[in-house]
Amino acid sequence: MGLSKKDILDIESLSVEEIELILDTAESLKEISTRPIKKVPTLRGKTIVNFFYEPSTRTRTSFEIAAKRLSADTVGISASASSIVKGETLVDTARNLEAMNPDAIVIRHKSAGAAHMLAGLVDASVINSGDGMHAHPTQALLDMMTVREKKGRLSALRVAIIGDIAHSRVARSNTLGFGKMGANVILAGPPTMIPRGIEALGAPFTYHVAEAIKDADVIIMLRIQKERQGGYLFPSEREYAQCYGLTTERIAGAKEDVLIMHPGPINRGVEIAPDVADGPYSVILDQVANGVAVRMAILYLLLGGPR
Amino acid sequence: MENSKYLIKGGRVIDPETGLDGLMDILIEDGKIASIGNPQSKIRNPKPELIDASGKIVTPGLIDMHVHLREPGHEYKETIETGCLAAAHGGFTAICCMPNTVPVNDNQSVTDYILKKAGSAGTVRVYPVGAISLGLRGESLAGYGEMNAAGAVAVSDDGNPVMNAQLMRRALEYAKGFGLLVISHCEDRNLTENGVMNEGAVATRLGLEGIPNSAETVMVARDIDLCELTGAPVHIAHVSTEGAVRLIREAKARGLPVTTETAPHYFSLTEDAVANYDTNAKVHPPLRTVADRDAVREALADGTIDVIASDHAPHSSMEKELEFDRAANGMIGLETSLPLSLKLVEMGLLSLMDLVAKMSNNPARILKLDYVGLKPGNPADLTIIDPEKRFTVDADTFRSKSRNTPFNGWQLKGKAVLTVVGGKIVFDDQ
Repeated sequence: MGLSKKDILDIESLSVEEIELILDTAESLKEISTRPIKKVPTLRGKTIVNFFYEPSTRTRTSFEIAAKRLSADTVGISASASSIVKGETLVDTARNLEAMNPDAIVIRHKSAGAAHMLAGLVDASVINSGDGMHAHPTQALLDMMTVREKKGRLSALRVAIIGDIAHSRVARSNTLGFGKMGANVILAGPPTMIPRGIEALGAPFTYHVAEAIKDADVIIMLRIQKERQGGYLFPSEREYAQCYGLTTERIAGAKEDVLIMHPGPINRGVEIAPDVADGPYSVILDQVANGVAVRMAILYLLLGGPR
Repeated sequence: MENSKYLIKGGRVIDPETGLDGLMDILIEDGKIASIGNPQSKIRNPKPELIDASGKIVTPGLIDMHVHLREPGHEYKETIETGCLAAAHGGFTAICCMPNTVPVNDNQSVTDYILKKAGSAGTVRVYPVGAISLGLRGESLAGYGEMNAAGAVAVSDDGNPVMNAQLMRRALEYAKGFGLLVISHCEDRNLTENGVMNEGAVATRLGLEGIPNSAETVMVARDIDLCELTGAPVHIAHVSTEGAVRLIREAKARGLPVTTETAPHYFSLTEDAVANYDTNAKVHPPLRTVADRDAVREALADGTIDVIASDHAPHSSMEKELEFDRAANGMIGLETSLPLSLKLVEMGLLSLMDLVAKMSNNPARILKLDYVGLKPGNPADLTIIDPEKRFTVDADTFRSKSRNTPFNGWQLKGKAVLTVVGGKIVFDDQ
């Protein structure tokens, strides 16, 4: 069975059942990546365009590998090497891509809503792999897969998401996703990074990291964008690390079997201390491995069945 | 002006200036209102052409004091001719055009150019608004004297706030010398920063940078204070927030010469209109919350807001068919302003008399036009409204060159069916 929808644009538009289906499928496809011959013919003859307006290493590679393991043909476009630099609009780019009849377009874009816009313009399936501060649904799904794999469940877990909530699509998608699956999400960060109206996402927030970490089953640290340093959000990386960074001492407040997660790329010594990132609680590299499985599942569920 | 004579018969004449509200006839001669009431006795040969206004409302010509005509410079969005035609179709007999053209209307030549073009368009009256600062750069005063002499009725840096308080102070003082109104676009750009919609739950959910109400209110507070300091009248453009109307209400209660306007989208829509990343709902100031919309409605009802003006801001698909954060701000409004405003009457928030005041008499008085209302001797500028006419907004039928409206497809009731400027019919849908 497949997903009865054309696109994966955000977590909001996925039901609990659809999320479970994606996670179950990802679990069963994960094994393919451990075989000596890491390829199945499922999506042979399908064309997938990886369209990255923003730089990305992890997500882009992950989608590329996921597609190739399912035998789909992939084409990658990045903004710097495309007609975007020549001033072509997203609408025109979409129409041109559509004319080449791809089966799916994976898009990363700096503008919130860009994936929604693209989805309205093309018949191909659109998979949002990050649109501005809005959504990053495949990241949330791979995070949920990782937690479910380690904990056996998502419901009633305490999940702390810490950092620049305001500018983070990962925070938004994870808050909605874990919340939808019955986890208790708590958000934390300096007040300048907690946006007004955050209650709409359905999770409480605190300005005190220790409070968020207390009894946490899962801690998701968010990347601090270095270019925001010295602006109006926080004074310096040093102070951020001191007041909001995840250190071994701070983890002591969490559950004994806490999972430490990070969507990457990490700023060692800023939002996460190196010994924590490399420490026993860290599942950061499991997240990356599961990323391939989740993306295989999504491609399979969207493109595998008859449409 | 052609020497035509019209007798507008049987309409319900409403004029806040004279207090008229009743069924009566109006005789138009030589481009002027010859008489009102029972003009039959005054009719001389040749006989006037009859205009049957039974079942209709006859008002002084509507005035939209906040319009962007885009000419010179962005004629692909709107020209003076198409903008004036859109105004006539919307029931307006006069409009003020904002100076953010290319080149900016910060000197006599551009003012002259606009008036020349408006004259040859030959539909509605155009009153240019000159720039507060040269090039709208917020650095130095534009030449108010020469623009005033050329026909400018006000100054504004609309689109750009005057961020420098000292420049604003001097602008208010200097404009006073020419009796020019200063229209202020109240926005603190530092608080707006990268904001593209109202700050709050919807923006947070959509992942769009928000603009807090404070971006408007801190500047309204500043300009009220500068109004008090200088004694010069200030007109606050397009108010959108509960805080701004509260400040303006207090300022008026203290007797300060502060006036204000809002636009139909601020009393008709909320930030929810943006929920699907609809760039046609992207506007500055942004659509706000239900509480703000209701505060704007209340301020219209209690008289705090003097004027309804459309802030007609034409953009082509090139500026609107874009990612939300890259799309231009603004929506067109000339052809929907009156029907949306009539909803306020339907809702019981405004009397028809109040509505006409906000769309004709108040702007005329604030702009110090030399004619206000329907008085014999005044130019025959009037609008006939069919209050019962139901229609569906179809942007493709607009006379404006642009289509950027969030109201497309709305079912509305009541619209202008005849527009007369200086005794000349410029729009007739009778």
